Amino acid sequence: MSTTTTTTELVETKKSGGLTAVAANYIDERTSISTAVKELGRKIFPDHWSFLLGEVALYSFVIILLSGSFLTFFFSASMAPVQYDGSYVPLKGVEMSAAMSSSLDISFDIRGGLLMRQVHHWAALLFVAAIGLHMLRIYFTGAFRKPRELNWVIGFILFILAMAEGFTGYSLPDDLLSGNGLRIIDGMVKGIPLVGTWISYLLFGGEFPGEAIVGRLYSLHILLLPAIIVALIAMHLLFVVVHKHTQYPGAGRTNQNVVGYPVLPVYAAKAGGFFFIVFGVVMLMASLFTINPIWNYGPYDPSPVSAGTQPDWYIGFADGALRLIPPGLEFVWLDHTFSVNILIPLVSLGLFILVVLIYPFIEAWVTGDKREHHILDRPRNAPTRTAIGAAGVTFYAALWTTASSDIIATHFSVTMEGVIHTMQFLTIVGPFIAFFIAKRVCLALQKKDREIVLHGYESGRIVRLPGGEYIEVHQPIDEYERWKLVSYSDYKPLMIRPNAQGKITTGQKVRAGMSRWFFEDRIEPVGNAELEQAHTDRH
Amino acid sequence: MTTINKPKSAGRRKSGRRHPLSSVALIAIGLLFTGGAYAAFSTSTANAETSATSQQTIGEGKKLFAANCATCHGLAAQGTGSGPSLIGVGAASVDFQVGTGRMPLQMDGPQAQKKAVQFTDEQIATLAAYVSSLAPGPGLPDSNLLDAKGNSAKGAELFRINCAMCHNVAGAGGALTQGKFAPSLDGVTSKHIYEAMVTGPQSMPVFNDMNISPESKRDIITYLKYLENNPSPGGYALGSLGPVSEGLFLWIFGLGAIVALTVWITARSN
Repeated sequence: MSTTTTTTELVETKKSGGLTAVAANYIDERTSISTAVKELGRKIFPDHWSFLLGEVALYSFVIILLSGSFLTFFFSASMAPVQYDGSYVPLKGVEMSAAMSSSLDISFDIRGGLLMRQVHHWAALLFVAAIGLHMLRIYFTGAFRKPRELNWVIGFILFILAMAEGFTGYSLPDDLLSGNGLRIIDGMVKGIPLVGTWISYLLFGGEFPGEAIVGRLYSLHILLLPAIIVALIAMHLLFVVVHKHTQYPGAGRTNQNVVGYPVLPVYAAKAGGFFFIVFGVVMLMASLFTINPIWNYGPYDPSPVSAGTQPDWYIGFADGALRLIPPGLEFVWLDHTFSVNILIPLVSLGLFILVVLIYPFIEAWVTGDKREHHILDRPRNAPTRTAIGAAGVTFYAALWTTASSDIIATHFSVTMEGVIHTMQFLTIVGPFIAFFIAKRVCLALQKKDREIVLHGYESGRIVRLPGGEYIEVHQPIDEYERWKLVSYSDYKPLMIRPNAQGKITTGQKVRAGMSRWFFEDRIEPVGNAELEQAHTDRH
Repeated sequence: MTTINKPKSAGRRKSGRRHPLSSVALIAIGLLFTGGAYAAFSTSTANAETSATSQQTIGEGKKLFAANCATCHGLAAQGTGSGPSLIGVGAASVDFQVGTGRMPLQMDGPQAQKKAVQFTDEQIATLAAYVSSLAPGPGLPDSNLLDAKGNSAKGAELFRINCAMCHNVAGAGGALTQGKFAPSLDGVTSKHIYEAMVTGPQSMPVFNDMNISPESKRDIITYLKYLENNPSPGGYALGSLGPVSEGLFLWIFGLGAIVALTVWITARSN
């Protein structure tokens, strides 16, 4: 009896669902995947263009993995000298490392090889750039606040690892440019007091350049770093799922809900399609625009350095920092050379990176805010944070620009010394100017928002009252719009309070000082009472 | 002759190689040969010039020089406070400076810049003849050194070692100090490249024939012409400026396009 029922049931399912249903059922009965699909498929993601930047980074990484795998099939990570015998005429018969020779073979003698090299390289540039832009979005909207501080740290480590991947990658072909880049790194490492020379010898397996470095960088580039990156990306995404996505303030959006589309079917289809769009853009760039023409640079040889030797963009800030240092900062003490010219950039960049890494904790400490935040800040509503961000961006941009000082000099017909001096000024003073301007702009925008909430928009309609008075009719803002303008969290400077022992600690004082610096200039959001007042006063 | 005979006439030592005056004679012969060879070499270019350029063209050149160059270089090309002496700079220097439009100088600046050529080829030739008549100097290169049919691989290597630190590996040019710069070599004629190497205009060092042989110069020209005539295999070269132009392109066009597409893909829902 029971057997008959089961059979009929099976037949019925087949009829109603066809092959898909059967297959789905088959898989589900064996993996219980439906629970996961149900959970994830109902996951809501808010829709905003800036929420896709992280996705761009992820997709670039997938493209890098795909094209990189292709390249590993043909690349030989050896510095053994060989004579190039490929089809690029101006290098024929030249002695070079096997790494360079195989990179040239990929470029000229392997079908699709050059395209794949260029896809790999353009995608790498895009990867780091997308991470950078994604980070800026996170920062300026305050998406790093509780509970996402750790995810900020993971993301920032990913940014550093992406730079490391980039650096190890562009050093692999062993062409002139990559060798020059390695030489700079070698110099920086050797500039570290006491241990520098030892580290350099360890890294290069003897005196620079040696015959080991390409093989070592290759192991890092294709094995260790990608493994860590994949693991961290997985954690990063897991946290996004666990924390739920943030959303911009708006009517109906609260810290308890997420307004948007469920993953299935719309969001998944969009995101999946977006992968191909990103792939398409990278493919288009790779097929139309040359990147890293190693055939021009030729094999590495320690003597020549080309004009216009720069690292890829994401290492530019470090190169710029070296260029900014004025000459004559080295001194000899106790028979050792102290390269202050190297130490200043190393230390200041290290500090910069550290501050960015732990910024969420600094801000949390200053505000003393332990609440969860799922609604993003509009940058203007956190003036000091936005201003700090603007200062940081200016500092980074100044260093970055300096890396192209020689190109700026030739292309804008200015002197190299003039460029360097200008950039020295901008690197040091620029962040302060940017801080001031950004903070004032934020406060002004907040004032404007207040004005709009309280008095509405100027309609341009002039009305004469019976008493003879002329007024301009202000059009009140609609409630949905108003919600966006008034619903932000306002912080006040913290009061210094004695602790349990009745003492005021130095930490407390510093914290209060920071808090005052953060929040002494502020525009309060419009409250209900104020709004009522404004409505009754309306003229 | 004597050296060939030596092993055969080992017995008559006192009169042959061991003669008291033999060393003097040997030195004399040696000097005669080297001097003669040197004279032959140096006159071979000088002869060619003098035969090609008669006294009349030199006279014409002198007039042109007096009208256009003497203000700065002096009536006898001896140089003044505002221009260097041109005695001994040779025809190659004149041909390069005037032939690329750098001279006559348009304005004072960090360095003379390329501009529209101010003289016809004949006028440049007469100017060159006049200046080279003042004192010997580097002459115009032989046309067989300019055919760009040398060894481009060797040329590329020499270019990277000797030229790339200023002119960039792809000859795209680069910055020097105080507003000076090494210009792009794209579109520069073989003759002017050669002349620049032998005369070292402005900030450029002189690469004489002892430093880089004429054949090697031909190889360098071959490489530069290869770059000029073969577009980058990877697509548009973005000025061959390296990572700066690549990074700029990526941020503006690559990421710009991506951001535009993200806006587009999310705008649909509104």
